[in-house]
Amino acid sequence: MATTMAKALNTALADALAADDRVVVFGEDVGALGGVFRITDGLQARFGENRCFDTPLAEAGIVGFAVGMAMSGLRPVVEMQFDAFAYPAFEQIASHVAKLRNRTRGTLSVPIVIRVPYAGGIGGVEHHCDSSEAYYAHTPGLKVVTPATVDDAYSLLREAIEDPDPVVFMEPKKLYFASAEASLPTRNEPFGRAVVRRPGRDATLVAYGPAVPVALEAAEAAREEGWDLEVVDVRTIVPFDDETITASVRRTGRCVVIQEAPGFAGVGAEIAARVQERCFHALHAPVLRVAGLDIPYPAPMLEHTHLPGVDRVLDAVARLQWDDQPDARWAAA
Amino acid sequence: MTTTPQAVRRASPRARRTVTPPDPARSLLPDAEPVRLLAENGTPLPARADYPEPPAEVLRELYRRMVLGRRFDTQATALTKQGRLAVYPSSRGQEACQVGAVLAVRDTDWVFPTYRESMALVARGIDPVEVLTLLRGDWHCGYDPTEVHTAPQCTPLATQCVHAAGLAHGEAYQGRDTVALAFIGDGATSEGDFHEGINFAAVFKAPVVFFVQNNKYAISVPLSRQTAAPSLAYKGVGYGVPSEQVDGNDPVAVLAVLTRAVAHARAGKGPFLVEAHTYRMEPHTNADDATRYRDSAEVDAWRDRDPVARLETYLRARGVLDDAAVAEITEQAEAYAADLRTRMNEQPTVDPLSLFDHVYAEPTPQLIEQREQVRAELAAAHAEEGDA
Repeated sequence: MATTMAKALNTALADALAADDRVVVFGEDVGALGGVFRITDGLQARFGENRCFDTPLAEAGIVGFAVGMAMSGLRPVVEMQFDAFAYPAFEQIASHVAKLRNRTRGTLSVPIVIRVPYAGGIGGVEHHCDSSEAYYAHTPGLKVVTPATVDDAYSLLREAIEDPDPVVFMEPKKLYFASAEASLPTRNEPFGRAVVRRPGRDATLVAYGPAVPVALEAAEAAREEGWDLEVVDVRTIVPFDDETITASVRRTGRCVVIQEAPGFAGVGAEIAARVQERCFHALHAPVLRVAGLDIPYPAPMLEHTHLPGVDRVLDAVARLQWDDQPDARWAAA
Repeated sequence: MTTTPQAVRRASPRARRTVTPPDPARSLLPDAEPVRLLAENGTPLPARADYPEPPAEVLRELYRRMVLGRRFDTQATALTKQGRLAVYPSSRGQEACQVGAVLAVRDTDWVFPTYRESMALVARGIDPVEVLTLLRGDWHCGYDPTEVHTAPQCTPLATQCVHAAGLAHGEAYQGRDTVALAFIGDGATSEGDFHEGINFAAVFKAPVVFFVQNNKYAISVPLSRQTAAPSLAYKGVGYGVPSEQVDGNDPVAVLAVLTRAVAHARAGKGPFLVEAHTYRMEPHTNADDATRYRDSAEVDAWRDRDPVARLETYLRARGVLDDAAVAEITEQAEAYAADLRTRMNEQPTVDPLSLFDHVYAEPTPQLIEQREQVRAELAAAHAEEGDA
C-alpha cells in the first residue's frame, strides 16, 4: 500500500502508545493540532490528554521534563518542532540525557526519544532547515538515527521507543510527504546495521537521511556514464556500522560520502576517515565527500545552490581516479 | 481641559461603590519578612498558626543530624586539604537548610540536589563515602539513585528543576503520591531551567517543592547582580506558584515552612517555592578565595547567627537537650568523622575498563574496540612495570 513517511511515523507512534502504557508523547502543538507536520495527528483524540499533550513553549523544559518522567519509569517521546528550535535543549541533551546512565553506573537510564524534523529542501525560512546531526553524534551516550525510507521510518521509530538508551531521531523534512509502497507494521534491520539500497561494482556512495534519495538518483544517472554505483544507507549514525560500509568499499575500491549538512567536521568527515583507515589497501582513489556548503543554511531562493544534488555527486564520482591522474582540484598551485 | 483623577472620582460617585475583585496574586505572595520562629539568640518568637512548630523529638533529631552534618562538612574540608578530595563545596553555615529540607520529605520522595548538598545527602542517610565518590575524583555519583530516591548531585545549574517537575508529574501519572524536592541556589535562579522547571511544574500541577538556599553569593557575584526582585521568593507569583521566605538559619522555621510546602504539594495543589535566607561561611570551594569579594566583618556577623547554636540554646531551654545529650551527640559526630576519615584514607580502586560499561546499555562496536585498545595499553604498561 502506498503511504508517506509522515503517515508511517504517525502509525509507529500510535502502535507504540497502544503497545506500552509507559509511552507518552509531548511537545509543542502535538495535541489538538497534531504537530506542525501532522506527525502526531489524532493521537490525543485516540489516547487521551495524559498520553499525548502540549507543553509550555520551552525546549529545555520539554527535554528536562522527559528526563524526570523517564526517571519515574515512563518512556517519553518528545517532539522538537524544528531542528534549530532544539538548540535551547542542548544542555539537557548533552549534560543529562546523554550522561545519566553513565553517571549512575547504569542504575538510572533515560529511554527517551527526541524527534527532530531536520534538513532542508522544503523552502523553509531561516532557522527551519539546519542539519544538526553532528552535534548529537559527537555526544557519547546518545544514539542518532535517521530514516530515508517510509518503512524504515516506521521500523526505526518503533525500535527507538523500545531502546533502553536515549535516541535522537532525525526526520528528513523533505521526505515526509514522499509516497512509497510499504506494508506496515514492519520491522527492518536493527540499530547499528547499514543497508545496501542498490548494489553496484564500481564505487560506493554512502549517504543517510535526505541524501539517500540523491545518491540513488545519482547512481541511476551514472549508468549512462558507464558507472555501476553501490548505494549504502547508514540509517543509524550512532551506533555506526563499520562492517557493512567497509565490506562495500573493499569490494568497489572507491567511495563518495554524501551529506546535506555543511561538510566541515561533519558526520561525512567521520565516515570518510573510518573508510580510509579500514580500506586503505583496497582504495583506488581518495575517499571524497559531497556535502552542503560551509555556510549558514541559505534562503529558499538559494537553497539549491547549497544542497548536494545529483550533478555534484556525479562530479565527485568522475574524480575517483578512473585514469590514475592527480585530482585537478587538489593539484599544487 | 485636563481631568484629574480627583475630578473623575468626584464626578462619578458610582466608582466609589465598585467592589475591587480579590487579587489572585496576593495569595501567592510570600510574607514580606522571612518566617522566623526562633530569635537569633535561640529564644522562641510568638507561635504561628500557619507554621506549627514540629514535635520535640523531631527537633532533637534535627539537631543531631545538624551536628553530624557540620562534622561531616568540616571533615570533608580537611580531607580536601589533605588531597583526598579533588574539590569540596562546603555548606557550613547552611545546616538548618540542608538538614531541615530532607527531614521534611519521606524516604519515598525524590530529592534533586546540587553539588553543594553533600550534607543534605548524608542527613538523608546516604553513606558519606558514597556521597563523596564524585568529589573524590571517581567517575560516577557513588550511590544508587533508585535505591535512595535521590538524583545525582547536579553540577549544570538549575537543570535539575525540570527533572524534578518531570519526575513529579510522572509519579502522579502513575498514581503515586511522591513529592519532588529540588534544591537550588540564589545564582542558579537566573538560569532559564529554573524558570522552565517551575513553569512546567505549575502548568502540570506537579508536586514539587523548589527550595532556594539564598546564601548571598554565586561564587563571588552577590545577589544584587542576580535579581532586582524584592526577594527570590517573589519569583513564584509570575508562575502562579505560592511561595514563602524563611530565615534559613532558623532550623525550626525551615522545617516548619518546608513541612507545609511538602504537604501542599502532596495534597495535589501543585508546586511551592521556598526561599531560605542563609549564608555560605566557607568560600565557594577550597579552590576559591573569598577574601577577594567579601569582608571578614560580614562573615563574622553571620557567625553570630549560627543555626546549630541557635537550635541547641532553644532545645536546652525547653529541656529537650541537656549536657549529657549534647555530649552523646558530639561523640556520635566524632565517631562518624573518624569512620569517614579511615574509609577515605583507603586508596580506592578504579578500573579504567569500567569507563566503557555504562555509556550505553550495550557497548557499541566502536566502544568494544576502544576498550580492547585500553586493555592492551594497560597490559603493556603492566608488563613494563614487571620488567623494571
